[in-house]
Amino acid sequence: MSPDLLKLIFGRLGIDSLPLHEPILVGTFVMVALGGITLFAGVTYFRLWGYLWREWFTTVDHKRIGIMYMILGIVMLLRGFADALMMRAQQALAFGGSDGFLPSHHYDQVFTAHGVIMIFFVAMPFVTGLMNYVVPLQIGARDVSFPFLNNFSFWMTVGGAVLVMASLFIGEFARTGWLAYPPLSNIGYSPDVGVDYYIWALQVAGVGTTLSGINLICTIVKLRCPGMTMMRMPVFTWTSLCTNILIVASFPVLTVVLALLSLDRYVGTNFFTNDFGGSPMMYVNLIWIWGHPEVYILVLPAFGVFSEVTSTFSGKRLFGYTSMVYATVVITILSYLVWLHHFFTMGSGASVNSFFGITTMIISIPTGAKMFNWLFTMYRGRIRFELPMLWTIAFMLTFVLGGMTGVLLAVPPADFVLHNSLFLIAHFHNVIIGGVVFGAFAGINYWFPKAFGFKLDPFWGKMSFWFWVTGFYMAFMPLYVLGLMGVTRRLRVFDDPSLQIWFVIAAIGAVFVFIGILSMLMQFAVSFLKREQLKDVTGDPWDARTLEWATSSPPPDYNFAFTPVVHDNDAWWDMKKRGYQRPLTGFKPIHMPSSTGTGIILAGLATAMGFGLIWYIWWLAAVSFIAMLAVGIGHTFNYHRDFDIPAEDVIRAEDARTKLLAGAK
Amino acid sequence: MTVAVNPSTTGEPVFYLADEHPHPEGYSTSLGFWIYLMSDCLIFAMLFAAFGVLGANYAAGPAPKDLFELPLVAVNTSMLLLSSITYGFAMLTMQQNKIAQTQMWLAITGLFGLAFIGIELSEFAHMIHEGATPQRSAFLSAFFTLVGTHGLHVSCGLIWLVTLMVQVGKFGLIEANRRRLMCLSMFWHFLDVVWIGVFTFVYLLGVLR
Repeated sequence: MSPDLLKLIFGRLGIDSLPLHEPILVGTFVMVALGGITLFAGVTYFRLWGYLWREWFTTVDHKRIGIMYMILGIVMLLRGFADALMMRAQQALAFGGSDGFLPSHHYDQVFTAHGVIMIFFVAMPFVTGLMNYVVPLQIGARDVSFPFLNNFSFWMTVGGAVLVMASLFIGEFARTGWLAYPPLSNIGYSPDVGVDYYIWALQVAGVGTTLSGINLICTIVKLRCPGMTMMRMPVFTWTSLCTNILIVASFPVLTVVLALLSLDRYVGTNFFTNDFGGSPMMYVNLIWIWGHPEVYILVLPAFGVFSEVTSTFSGKRLFGYTSMVYATVVITILSYLVWLHHFFTMGSGASVNSFFGITTMIISIPTGAKMFNWLFTMYRGRIRFELPMLWTIAFMLTFVLGGMTGVLLAVPPADFVLHNSLFLIAHFHNVIIGGVVFGAFAGINYWFPKAFGFKLDPFWGKMSFWFWVTGFYMAFMPLYVLGLMGVTRRLRVFDDPSLQIWFVIAAIGAVFVFIGILSMLMQFAVSFLKREQLKDVTGDPWDARTLEWATSSPPPDYNFAFTPVVHDNDAWWDMKKRGYQRPLTGFKPIHMPSSTGTGIILAGLATAMGFGLIWYIWWLAAVSFIAMLAVGIGHTFNYHRDFDIPAEDVIRAEDARTKLLAGAK
Repeated sequence: MTVAVNPSTTGEPVFYLADEHPHPEGYSTSLGFWIYLMSDCLIFAMLFAAFGVLGANYAAGPAPKDLFELPLVAVNTSMLLLSSITYGFAMLTMQQNKIAQTQMWLAITGLFGLAFIGIELSEFAHMIHEGATPQRSAFLSAFFTLVGTHGLHVSCGLIWLVTLMVQVGKFGLIEANRRRLMCLSMFWHFLDVVWIGVFTFVYLLGVLR
């Protein structure tokens, strides 16, 4: 075939795009391929494809979508953490003339992929998954406002993750750092596909995130059950509302800034170039106008989890509910007024830097108020040290530390010294792991029995907990030290041998965290095997306070046989205290949305379009774009998207629960 | 939606509704669509901001004075404004349940929209022909992106309009179609408002600059 024809068909994709000369990648590919083939064969052997397609891939049930988000987050955590281990090993080894084991072009991809994956495809799916699962249950709704959109959003997130994973074996990922600052990320300095993978992965996933934000805002505003006024909403629902407002108000900014970068790269415009009037600093400003709210998008739901957990396991009403809500709202607003603290060194002058330094410090006030609320909730409480509570206490200690180093960094003169140093790396891992990741784990341990009907095994949970927490401190405290000594981030080799010991300690810490992750996987496996022993028949294994515990574990498709009516903040606690009797008769058919395959098809086409654009396979991009339009418009011709669950089915499900409850007593 | 949430007549607190109260179809749609529009508004806000930052960076290339023909832009603006009025007529006839007239006004709206896109494209072609390409300077990059994004939105609106005309033709002015027409109406007027910003901020102030 002529080269022109090949180029027309394959774009810039060729046999040399495959990293056959990289033993690490070939090895990884073999492992992933073996794992993939085993999984595929297993699913085929057990004839599960039909089941997966009907019950999971096409489902519009917010609970199943929430669970799928969590699975995505866990899978991507393994990938992102593999990158972390490689970085820690490289930095621990590359001393005294040694080059380590990662060549620079590979190392640079590793740290970029680590950041992108951990934020967009681990933390975001965890947060979105928890919100998806819990919010409709907490507000007494049957599903979200737009169930089909929810399914579509999830698959778009998966599509972005697929593109990032594809970059591992087909071509390469960006070598620019996780925010891809130009001019480095512009076509002149990054002519390869790496930045294009970055752009399209985030654009595809970003559509999903924005739509899911709109969806959850509508759900919380419109679908609350009778009696649940705004100031009676559980705190997790409040933080979810604020997070989704932040999503809708910040992700469009990311969409635009990445679109402008793509125009620079594909069309040759001059937004962020060095000449023809372009301004690279505009990119840095715009991306942080998204980026700073993003960290609050991640941490606010975690705050919500901790609020639920603290009050449940202290057996007390949350201290200072109103102040908690206002603190959340204040953080939501302030998060838009601090973005410049990410680049005090830009040279914007003393007055601008002072403004942003002060707003940054002010954020610590509502956050501190929350911390005291949790402490006062625990004060004189009858605290049960179950796994969710352990994670919450670890969070409180760790996050305060991270918050204090944050306030330190907020002082512009200090930041001039510490900017882009390992001190910064230690700081944000301190708040993201200590806040978001611990929050996700607290949430997983807390709501797992609700989702699956059995608790998680405490022994392996505690193993995971202790390895994570000690590993975290071992891995990141040395980075504070190194940062104060002036070591900057993203370095591949070091000259000064006296630094090595700190990197070795950090690497050992990373291994501890790795054992923590393995223990968590073990925890899932063991809990599944011991599910009869760990079974929860009551639907309320923790003696909890909010509405999601009023229904069975796992909840039926319709969540609540009758729409609940709420009289108090802690609705379920109030119901228990006032002798609520579960209704046993009078069930009626329930109106529910039907499953649809359109979401996964559209997201698949969007991913194919992204792949075409990355590799300049224009026909693929065009065909998938047109197909997306056709499928999307075709979907609107279907006017019958709902069905009724017959009353007999409701009766059957509720009778089964009645039997279960009788057995429990 | 008024539901008794206080203790019932017997004095016992009510913890659940005995009767199903399904939310009507499309219960959240208008709120959801408003929020979507606001997120879209942010996209334009960012493009306006980029234009504000880069709009005077001509890189020794052509400036607005050399490029913009205000009379043509005025004609173009009037096309879009008229299309908004005719869309309003379509909504009025929709409320009176007159399918044929609704379709007619929708068609006229579409024609105005097409005219707008046509004039915009010819303006773009003219500029590119004169060497004022998006690659020429940061000002032109920002100009083409802002105006082009608006044009792209109008084009999407046209595809949507045609789809809805087919659906109204096929299924009549049923509740779902009325809701969809209402959403497109909001979208169409929103683009109108954005265009007022473009006209003022990009064209009028640009020529003054």
